[in-house]
Amino acid sequence: METLKLQSEQNERGKLANNTLPLGTVLQGRYQIIKVIGLGGMGAVYQVRDKHFQAAQRLCALKEMIINTNDLSKRRLAAQIFEREANILATLSHPSIPKIHDYFTQEDRYYLVLEFVEGMDLEAVLRAVRTPLPAERVVDWAVQICDVLTYLHHHDPPIVFRDLKPSNIMVRPSNRVALVDFGIARTINVGSKGTMIGTEGYSPPEQYRGVASPQGDIYALGATMHHLLTCRDPRLHPPFSFAEELPSRVNPSVSKDLEAAIMKALEYDPTARYASAEEMKEALLRCCVVSETLAPSSVPVRAPASVSDHSETVASSSQVQAGREAPVAMEQGIMPIWRFRCEDEVRSSPVVVDGVLYVGCYDHNLYALDAKTGKFLWKYATEGGIAATPCIWKDRVLFGSEDRFFYAVSVRTGRILWTCPTGGRIRSSARVELEHAFFGSDDRRLYAVNANNGQVVWQFEALEAIRSSPAIGDEMVYVGSEDYHLYAIDLQTGRQRWKFRTNRNVISSPLLCDGLVIFGSMDWNVYALDERSGWSVWRFRAGHVVVGSPRALDGVVYIGSADGYLYALELGNGRLIWKFNTGSQVVSTPAVTEQGVYVSTLGGDIISIDRKTGKERWRFSTGGPVPSSPCVCDATVYMGSNDHHVYALPA
Amino acid sequence: MMGSSPDAITPHVEHDAIQVHRKIPHGMSDTLKPSLVRNAPRGLTIFGGSHIGRVREHNEDAWMALSLSNEASGNQTDVALLLLADGMGGHTSGDMASALAVRAAAVRVMQDVVLPFLSSEVAGTQHYALHETLVRSVETANAVVRHNVPQAGTTLTMALILGQRVYIAHVGDSRAYLLGKGSLRRITHDHSLAARLIETGQTIPEETSAHRNILYRAVGQRATIEVDTHTESFPDGSCLLLCSDGLWAKVSDAEIAEVLMNEPNAQAAVDKFIALANERGGDDNVTLILAVRNEA
Repeated sequence: METLKLQSEQNERGKLANNTLPLGTVLQGRYQIIKVIGLGGMGAVYQVRDKHFQAAQRLCALKEMIINTNDLSKRRLAAQIFEREANILATLSHPSIPKIHDYFTQEDRYYLVLEFVEGMDLEAVLRAVRTPLPAERVVDWAVQICDVLTYLHHHDPPIVFRDLKPSNIMVRPSNRVALVDFGIARTINVGSKGTMIGTEGYSPPEQYRGVASPQGDIYALGATMHHLLTCRDPRLHPPFSFAEELPSRVNPSVSKDLEAAIMKALEYDPTARYASAEEMKEALLRCCVVSETLAPSSVPVRAPASVSDHSETVASSSQVQAGREAPVAMEQGIMPIWRFRCEDEVRSSPVVVDGVLYVGCYDHNLYALDAKTGKFLWKYATEGGIAATPCIWKDRVLFGSEDRFFYAVSVRTGRILWTCPTGGRIRSSARVELEHAFFGSDDRRLYAVNANNGQVVWQFEALEAIRSSPAIGDEMVYVGSEDYHLYAIDLQTGRQRWKFRTNRNVISSPLLCDGLVIFGSMDWNVYALDERSGWSVWRFRAGHVVVGSPRALDGVVYIGSADGYLYALELGNGRLIWKFNTGSQVVSTPAVTEQGVYVSTLGGDIISIDRKTGKERWRFSTGGPVPSSPCVCDATVYMGSNDHHVYALPA
Repeated sequence: MMGSSPDAITPHVEHDAIQVHRKIPHGMSDTLKPSLVRNAPRGLTIFGGSHIGRVREHNEDAWMALSLSNEASGNQTDVALLLLADGMGGHTSGDMASALAVRAAAVRVMQDVVLPFLSSEVAGTQHYALHETLVRSVETANAVVRHNVPQAGTTLTMALILGQRVYIAHVGDSRAYLLGKGSLRRITHDHSLAARLIETGQTIPEETSAHRNILYRAVGQRATIEVDTHTESFPDGSCLLLCSDGLWAKVSDAEIAEVLMNEPNAQAAVDKFIALANERGGDDNVTLILAVRNEA
């Protein structure tokens, strides 16, 4: 009973509409009501004709406040507030502030007679257009509001408007603005008990502590501009959440400079905002001028992929010639620590263990390189391209080749230990657990092979090729297939425990995290399933196919899509935290460290992104697409490229 | 059909099954469980209670709990649905809003999750992810409240326990807490002005704690509703608490943890919480639901 809901505007209007004075009523023998022009929190605003001027059609605005409480102290307070507004207005003289002509009381109703401002308030403008307004217009109005705020803040005593919002700003047909509503009812209703719904939307955080300062008006102006430029009503969103919808994202007329100027006004900390309305006006004018004269120059400078000769190592004499390229100085950004040239595309993703980098190549070789220097250690030649990522277990490197064989070679010498034939090309990367290697093949099977001797323990057959790499849980192995399914297979027996059907191929390799199986599908979704039951927990829809695999750290899942974005999603619910536009398709798996996320693209770039903010830290361009996933070890990023190189970059 | 039995096709016979050593034991040792879990019946058990308080004339809170246990082929699966709502709106519309929201959401989850679970097609065949189903059920509650009690609104916090996980959907300032491995975590985030002020670094003096009660999101408010969802694992030994602000406004998180860790059984904990809220003024309705998992 004592909880009450803040009346919705409509209910309020309905109630007040029954209480408005009939048209034609004459108050004080002078003011004849022509029409109702607004319904406010405490009463109506009427357009009236002043009958003292019989010959002229003199129009005024009549603002009404109805006091319908029997509580004497509340009535007294209301009367004081009313008189205060009248007295404040009487001392003000500014073209953007309506003049007061008179005030009077009639029974429970208090009236102000004000200059009639022809035009529309900005809330009505927004309602009428329903689309973000052009930056030029909004800045024009905001600059005028800065002028009137400057006037108020320098008044003696200073006046803080405290309730700046679209509905309190009138725009005349001449495009001149006027501030209306100097505070009737602003402090009324404080102290009501119980839960209420709805917030004011435009007020700064400190105002709820009772702090009213010029910086509060600056915040409210920023909030108003944000609303006008985005059409995102702040009353319908979490309070103080303007940064969640940056104006330039929805309104192409907003330059980055203008956005920065508005967001500065919306800082939580009042001291981080503009010191004064003049300062805000100058900032707004400045970014207007700049946006007209200069084209935006936010296109990142691309560094050509070239390094000086001495940092390049080569595999064999036959590759020396191909490895020579004219050294070109990097315009900006980072230099590789080393790069190593192979004879074909490097689509396999490198792994680094004990200072040695292992990577497969389409030149049929598996390479072992010194991770510090890029020095060639050994290579092992298969009969097909190697797309899979090598897996290091004990003293051996385990990997499959497109020659249909799965290999185990010695980590030290590259000498062959055993092979395991399959019926198709192997693109799936192996995982080793419980002394067994698990990998898929284009022959549709998932193999469980004794890692010591290569003996097949079980096979699981799907309907199409298995190119996804398995994830191993406590009791089950999880793997995707070209047959649209994600399978959960009993680790001991190889029998299917459950399967989950997506709408397209599952090339992405599942990730097990916190009891969830996370993976992408070519149906454009990222899925999270319960690892025990296969129930779908959440899904996130990207803008194109998802063939890369997820990585997770601190409750955040990172995954790329061919739509060009790297997404950061909340592990617990799949909600988007940020997304980063790489500018090109992402088919690889990101590498994640405490500081950064590293992602490679088919545009040929490797990009380092700040993990918290989703902003670019640096970018390095190779000479070809990079389907290879980066690997980070000892503050170095390693990845292959289709330009035939393996790169080592400072992380 | 996909997913044919592998050993029917593969030429290789399982001659050497892989020896699996479970990394994590399934059950929690009894000595590690809080008393209220250890003393609960085997399986998943639910306790709840609501009190009008000492000041108000209506109880505008509503709660509902459904639970289902199914044992088949040697596997037992528990399904439980917990819903709690705190209505607002004056006269009797607040209690109507909370009651309607709880019922409408429950019906939707029964139709979209519980009944399909009872039919044979379970995993891999859902049209919607569980989070989407929960969001749809809150959307249904929103539409029902708007239609029937347009002047009112309500919070709604619901938890669906399916097997070893709990899925939570939430709007408003009721809360869900999870007690596991000896620590209490708050799962939900209050959709209140006060919570946002704290996030922006404002310290709110006690006298203006009226802001605590201003919600920026509630069921029944607008045609569209944004719903928070969460999922957590809910293994043996876990305890889930849903409560209205009548509890957490009077009993701190640390005290909530203390009661859950120390009371001899779940019903005693429910009674203790209600008694504490009333001792400290009882100026709001207080409602809570406890779900405890105690496997053999």
